[in-house]
Amino acid sequence: MKIRSLLTTTAMAAVTSLALFGAAYAANPVLKIGFVGVTSGPAAAWGTSNVRSMQTLAKMINDAGGEKIGDKTYTIQIVTFDDQKDPKLSIAGMEKMAQEGIHYVVGPNVDDGAAAVRPVAEQNNIIYFPYAFPKSLYVKPASNAVLGMVANYQSAPAIYKYLKEKKGIKTVAFVAANESDPLSQRDGGVEAAKALGLKVVSSDVTYQVDTTDFTPVLLPVLKTQPDLLVLSGVAPAAAPQLIRSARELGYKGLISTETAQDAKVLQEGAGKLANGFISVGGASTPEIASDQMKKFVATYTKMFGEYNDESNTKVYALEYILDTLKADPVAINDIKSFKAEMDKFTAPNPYMKGNEKLSYVGMTSFGQKRQISVPLVVNVFKDGKFDTLLVARVD
Amino acid sequence: MEQIVVNGLYLGAQYAVIALGLTLIFSLMNVLNFAHGQMYVLGGFITYTVVSQFHLPYIVGLVTSAVALAVIGALLERFLFRPVIARSKREESTMLLAAGVAFFLDAVTLLIFGEKQRGIPKIINGVLNWNFIIVMPYDRILIGVLAIALIAGFIVFMQFSRSGRAMRALAQDRMAAQLMGVDVDRYSMIGFALGAMLAGLAGGLLVSITGVNLGMGGPTSIKAFMMIMIGGAGVISGAIAGGFILGMMESVGLTVLASYGDITYLVIFASLMVFLAIRPQGMMGKPWG
Repeated sequence: MKIRSLLTTTAMAAVTSLALFGAAYAANPVLKIGFVGVTSGPAAAWGTSNVRSMQTLAKMINDAGGEKIGDKTYTIQIVTFDDQKDPKLSIAGMEKMAQEGIHYVVGPNVDDGAAAVRPVAEQNNIIYFPYAFPKSLYVKPASNAVLGMVANYQSAPAIYKYLKEKKGIKTVAFVAANESDPLSQRDGGVEAAKALGLKVVSSDVTYQVDTTDFTPVLLPVLKTQPDLLVLSGVAPAAAPQLIRSARELGYKGLISTETAQDAKVLQEGAGKLANGFISVGGASTPEIASDQMKKFVATYTKMFGEYNDESNTKVYALEYILDTLKADPVAINDIKSFKAEMDKFTAPNPYMKGNEKLSYVGMTSFGQKRQISVPLVVNVFKDGKFDTLLVARVD
Repeated sequence: MEQIVVNGLYLGAQYAVIALGLTLIFSLMNVLNFAHGQMYVLGGFITYTVVSQFHLPYIVGLVTSAVALAVIGALLERFLFRPVIARSKREESTMLLAAGVAFFLDAVTLLIFGEKQRGIPKIINGVLNWNFIIVMPYDRILIGVLAIALIAGFIVFMQFSRSGRAMRALAQDRMAAQLMGVDVDRYSMIGFALGAMLAGLAGGLLVSITGVNLGMGGPTSIKAFMMIMIGGAGVISGAIAGGFILGMMESVGLTVLASYGDITYLVIFASLMVFLAIRPQGMMGKPWG
């Protein structure tokens, strides 16, 4: 009897919740935006911060009454698909988006997934925003992928140049996980370092993604005594352990990466040993965060219990999609219009103080505007939080 | 060379603790527990929560992990594995069930503890530095010693306690043990709980060094299976030997083979294939099971 009563109550609660949700947004047509990426397994952190950023922004918009695009106000609905970092599932996810009539998708999170979905996206008129760096995705004849962040071959030269000029580094060592993304980022970093006249003293050492003890991995690298140790494409889970092992082995030089990190993860995993660690971030440091960014962080924290600093960069993709659609409402169902709008699109950047602008870039790297302009904010970790080291712009 | 040996011993000690629980469950119930790595991760997250969220001493976190995983292990045995073993004679039934439990625990861990890497503050600060011949942080030394103490305690328990003797009898011959009056259901449950508890303790120990994240479960299970394949499935001493051998191979490989790229595990897997082709029962296992 008790079980039946519990089931009845649960079912009624569920129906009531659905009815209330439907009623709340019933007046508006729904605009579906997709996400295909990894939200489970070892790399869950990457996609989860994507999805949560999108859901947070969608909630903020919907709570404010919806997004006005042309003469209609839309309720934003995020449709998600976990590809488990498997390219076959990425394809299945993109096909699902096509079946739902979705034209704008954020993801996938890794190189092979982003490459795998390209034919599906092109055949089904989907514009997608991968977090993957291979240039072939963004140079012609490819035209449906838009890079959702700053690539390491764009950020690395800026960081190394700064460290060479300001900190006097002369030698660099690279260590990367034995996976396509970190390895390609390492190769890009080595190229950038050499171009700046820095001596690369070690770049062969790699480690398994599931490594838990980095002391043996780092021993041969640190014997080369580099001024700068670059953790190429390091996942947030591995960064604190690598830093901790390097410092415990007596390494005194600089440590950097070109991926986004989370301050709490660094603090918990490495504590004070992570002080001075340089990474790429977004716009949440107090010096540059706007009120909108602060509101986003607060809403995210309220929704999910804890903010993820990786979302500083991942908040942008959905913002770009919606703002571009606002600039040309026809693009809701016509990606040709969206592509045409990308060439001339510009709007205020709501997440940074000052007169920063949103625009599509990529002419230098890809020969066409297939990258969102995210501020290249380089952070340095200190006592549990990030301080802004430098802010640069990419094209 | 000294540093390589010390790294290998440290890795071996932690691997052996992980493998012990897996081989115990296999020896008692013939169950390949694919969820062992997920239990390890859960143990790590529980210790993290107790220490970092509730600000309680590390030892409380360890005990909580041990107790929680023992209870989870006992419940899994009583309500999932025991009925399946009773109803199905096919070994793959329990394998599929274990795989299902692994996915379930992954999902529950993501829901409760989130997607982020977690870690606790260092238990002891400082690094032992012997003229740069051996460099080892004190907390690693402590965890290594604790792991070895845990292994020793487990061996003593299995050798000299009534429950340990009953479980050894069960592992040798289930039917004979039953005929001799051993309560098979009871000791199967105790054994499964003990195996899960060892996984949780290993997670709790290592969260202070390596931290813990959702994705560690699968790879941990794979390594644990490698260890018991090397040592011999279902043999306690084999699991310990397998753990230390894998730790030493990893330490030597990562140093000696570093200049050839990331081929350490390629070499380990290739060696394991050759070894198993010659001796499929592992170092200390028996060909008849």
